Amino acid sequence: MTSIFDSLQESLAFLNLDLFMLLSLISLLGGTVIFLVMAVNALVAVYFERKVSAFMQDRLGPMEVGILGFKGGKKFWGGIGQTLADAIKLLTKEDILPKSSDKFLMILAPFIIFSGAFLTFIGLPFAQNIVISDFNIGLFYIVAMSSVGVIGIILAGWSSNNKWSLYGAMRAAAQIISYEIPIGLSLLLVVIVSGSLHLGDIVQWQETNRWFIFHSPFAFLAFFIYFISTVAETNRTPFDIPEAESELVAGWMTEYSGFRWALFFLSEYANMLIVCIVASIVFLGGWLSPLHLINIFPESWYILDGPALGFFWVSLKAVILIFVMMWFRWTFPRLRVDQLMYVCWKVFIPFALANLFFVSLWELIF
Amino acid sequence: MEANLVDKSVIETGEMVLNMGPQHPSTHGVLRLKIHTDGEIVSQIEPVIGYLHRCFEKHCEKLSYEQIVPFTDRCDYLASMHMDHAYSIAVEKLLDIELPDRVEYIRVIIAELQRIASHLVAVGTFGLDVGAITPFTWTIRDRERVLDLFETLCGARLLYNYIWPGGVSHDLPPKFIERALDFLDYFDPQIDELNNLLTTNKIFIERTADVGILPPEVGINFGVSGPSLRGSGVNFDLRKNEPYSIYSKFDFDVPVGKGEMGTIGDTWDRYYVRVLEMRESAKIIRQACAELPGGDVHAALPKKIRPNAGEVYGRYESARGDVGFYIMSNGKNIPMRVKMRSPAFCNLSVLSEISEGWMISDVIAILGSLDIVLGEIDR
Repeated sequence: MTSIFDSLQESLAFLNLDLFMLLSLISLLGGTVIFLVMAVNALVAVYFERKVSAFMQDRLGPMEVGILGFKGGKKFWGGIGQTLADAIKLLTKEDILPKSSDKFLMILAPFIIFSGAFLTFIGLPFAQNIVISDFNIGLFYIVAMSSVGVIGIILAGWSSNNKWSLYGAMRAAAQIISYEIPIGLSLLLVVIVSGSLHLGDIVQWQETNRWFIFHSPFAFLAFFIYFISTVAETNRTPFDIPEAESELVAGWMTEYSGFRWALFFLSEYANMLIVCIVASIVFLGGWLSPLHLINIFPESWYILDGPALGFFWVSLKAVILIFVMMWFRWTFPRLRVDQLMYVCWKVFIPFALANLFFVSLWELIF
Repeated sequence: MEANLVDKSVIETGEMVLNMGPQHPSTHGVLRLKIHTDGEIVSQIEPVIGYLHRCFEKHCEKLSYEQIVPFTDRCDYLASMHMDHAYSIAVEKLLDIELPDRVEYIRVIIAELQRIASHLVAVGTFGLDVGAITPFTWTIRDRERVLDLFETLCGARLLYNYIWPGGVSHDLPPKFIERALDFLDYFDPQIDELNNLLTTNKIFIERTADVGILPPEVGINFGVSGPSLRGSGVNFDLRKNEPYSIYSKFDFDVPVGKGEMGTIGDTWDRYYVRVLEMRESAKIIRQACAELPGGDVHAALPKKIRPNAGEVYGRYESARGDVGFYIMSNGKNIPMRVKMRSPAFCNLSVLSEISEGWMISDVIAILGSLDIVLGEIDR
């Protein structure tokens, strides 16, 4: 199995650079690609979220900046340039650091959060072989890297020297650390069954057997535990208590503005993409096409199954999951902090543990 | 690094004073709450008011009776018609004038439409307080229809100056009744939709049921009134208990909190009483529209308001509770003293009593369920 990193190393061999220079060049290229993916993802996802929320709330959403088309004399699906305009606004905004804040930590915090999301993308495959670097412990790496961000959140909340930020940071720390446990336990189930931490192998297993979500009733449950926990992990409604705008103003982001706030935003949407891609790879067959689930389609349709369309299937599954997350956000009220902990420690973790036990039994029996 | 952020020689735990407001998304205006917290648990709350003080009562001592009406509008800006109506009733009592039937019917129709509009805001923002954003946009969309009706009525959308002592400023515009009934037909299913989305949502119930319980006797002692008191199961509604205008002619129920989801008097009850009251208001409007008599709305309008010396107290059931106008006259065209009893002020006073021991998130929910309007508290 190859990765972008390996293939770049081969194709750039003609430059005759020494190893250090070559690796630096490749890292730079890879980093640029990741950054572009994150930026484009944020632009598209924000626009998507605004339109989804507008649809659910009987509004139009952004309509003015950049008009895609006219239909019957009326603008429709407009405002495509809105998020771009917002990004430019954020980047050109005055940079404000509160006087009494801990300036070093306050500047550092967004970069820690950003690097958490950024580093995760290195091990995240978008399709077969489309991965920056192919780790054989990919799943472990992703879970580890996605918990780096919480350090940045605590730093951001503490260094702002604002009580609302502090509350937000404490809540976020408690929440993210707690919800990593059910996430880890549900992913562990997949690892037990497939016998590998390598995401490619996990999809390989699903290709020879079946999608993990259909592996057993326990895997089905594990998918839901994983998905709901990731909603909490990415701080989205109904688990958005760290930035609950009606309680904590903006939580740990209260004192941030401009570019640093944009970094938070970028990381938030990047995290959403990451958890949804992981869910689609681990539970929903990754780059396998769903056409194989029910064998009623004519043979010629299976051309959609080819490796070229792997990227399409991963994205489609991830986008559907992202849509469900947005659906949650615009439908549900917010939980209280103790109820959130209750759901995690008294519902998800026992169920995830029981799941793990029963799926091991299942594997023994069948 | 400048300045030591914390004294590192001693680390002790203690209460933290959290300053919520006056600029905060959920204090419903410019209310400031000094919250003493132990972690997330609230141990004491001190509401600080007065950021919107406009000397309403002092102004009234310099203005003629007619000129006070626009000022009453600005007290409870979410239910301006109620304020106009309450003030007009007090002045009419002072003048001792009989109103034409048509005026009374129009006033009732308008007041109940206003109650729907005001409760829609209360219900929507309460959803917002517990984190549900979509119900707010839905209720605001429906309120828009009421505001459109009022716009055809008097040209204004928020501060109407419509109900005057002795009558109303304009007769109903053509087709107003049809449009009002159209709105009611449209509105009834919307309440069901709201109930499906928010009222019966499991998370919403978890957040609001059994939270911030207001026992009836505490509510009465603090002078709480309106839906906030009825949420505690106290059947007290001035429209029934002390009928003014022509409310005694109509058949409607007074919804009270029954503790369906938790304990009687919790935030869910206070919320749900408002939802039910919107249906009752719709019922009253339908009856009033069916019986609307003809006549001249300006027939009883006094040319000049110059009451005899004396004093009067008019009570009125507004969307927030028991509004009272106490007016003293010394025989001039300017009142000697106007005192307003603000229901939201009394409702706010109970906040610290019922929210101690709850979490910060609950304080927001409790405050939202009391449905305060700072314009009326500060006057």
